[in-house]
Amino acid sequence: MANVLVNAPKTAKRGAVVEIKALILHPMETGFRPGTMGKIIPRNIIERFTATWNDAEIFSMDMSPAISANPFVSFFAMAAESGTVRLRWTGDEGLVVEERVAIAVE
Amino acid sequence: MDRRRFLAGTAAIVVLPFGPASATPEAMAEAIRKVVGDAAVTEGRVTLDLPPLIENGNTVPLVVSVESPMTVADHVKAIHVFNEKNPQPNVFSARLSARNGKATVGTRIKLGDSQKIVAIAETSDGKFWSASADVIVTLAACLEEST
Repeated sequence: MANVLVNAPKTAKRGAVVEIKALILHPMETGFRPGTMGKIIPRNIIERFTATWNDAEIFSMDMSPAISANPFVSFFAMAAESGTVRLRWTGDEGLVVEERVAIAVE
Repeated sequence: MDRRRFLAGTAAIVVLPFGPASATPEAMAEAIRKVVGDAAVTEGRVTLDLPPLIENGNTVPLVVSVESPMTVADHVKAIHVFNEKNPQPNVFSARLSARNGKATVGTRIKLGDSQKIVAIAETSDGKFWSASADVIVTLAACLEEST
C-alpha cells in the first residue's frame, strides 16, 4: 500500500559521506483534526523510522504528529563497506514498510 | 446579561470544541527537561534552518546541522526538535552515531501557529547544545477540516 521513494547513490568512494533521502506516502493524521461531521479523525502516524547498513543501525528517528504528511527524512552515512541499506518505517495501525537500497563502495 | 458578558460567553462556546489542547512554552520546557535532565544546555554549535516566514504550516522544510567531527570519540548522539504551540511539544528525536559522518538531519514539519522552534543536540561527551528560531506562520496546519 505504502509507496516509498529513496534517493541514495549507487556507488561511493570508501570513507565518503553520502546523503540518503527517503520519502513515504502516508497521511500522518494527527488525531487533533475534526472531520466533516465534527468528529475527531483518529490518529494514524508513522512513529519510527530506522536505517541500517548491513544490519547495523546507523540512524533512527522518532516521529510525532508534527511531522508533515508524506514524511521526508534526509540524513548522512559514512560509506565504510559495500552493502545494503535497509530503511524501515513503523507506525499506527500496524504499519511496517521496508525498503532496501544497495550501495557499492569502491 | 450585558453585551460584554454575552460576547465572552459565545466566544468560549465557539472556541472550546475546536481548539485542541495546545502545547505551551511551559510544556515545551518540560519536554526539553525530560530529554536533558538536569544538564545545562549551551546555545551554539547547532544550526536550525527553516524559513522565517511560512505561508503554509502543513509542510515546513527544516534542517538541523551540528558542528561536530563525528568521530567515535566525539560525535553527536541525538538531535531533538521541540515547538511551543502545536498540540504536542515534541517534533522529532533522531539518534545518530559516528557512522553518520555528518550531523545533519532534514525533514518537513507541521506548524499550528507562529512560534519558537528549538533544536537540541546531545554530544557523546554528554553535553547539550541548542539553537532556536522564531517563525511566523500565515496558514496554520492541523486545524482545517479534511475534505
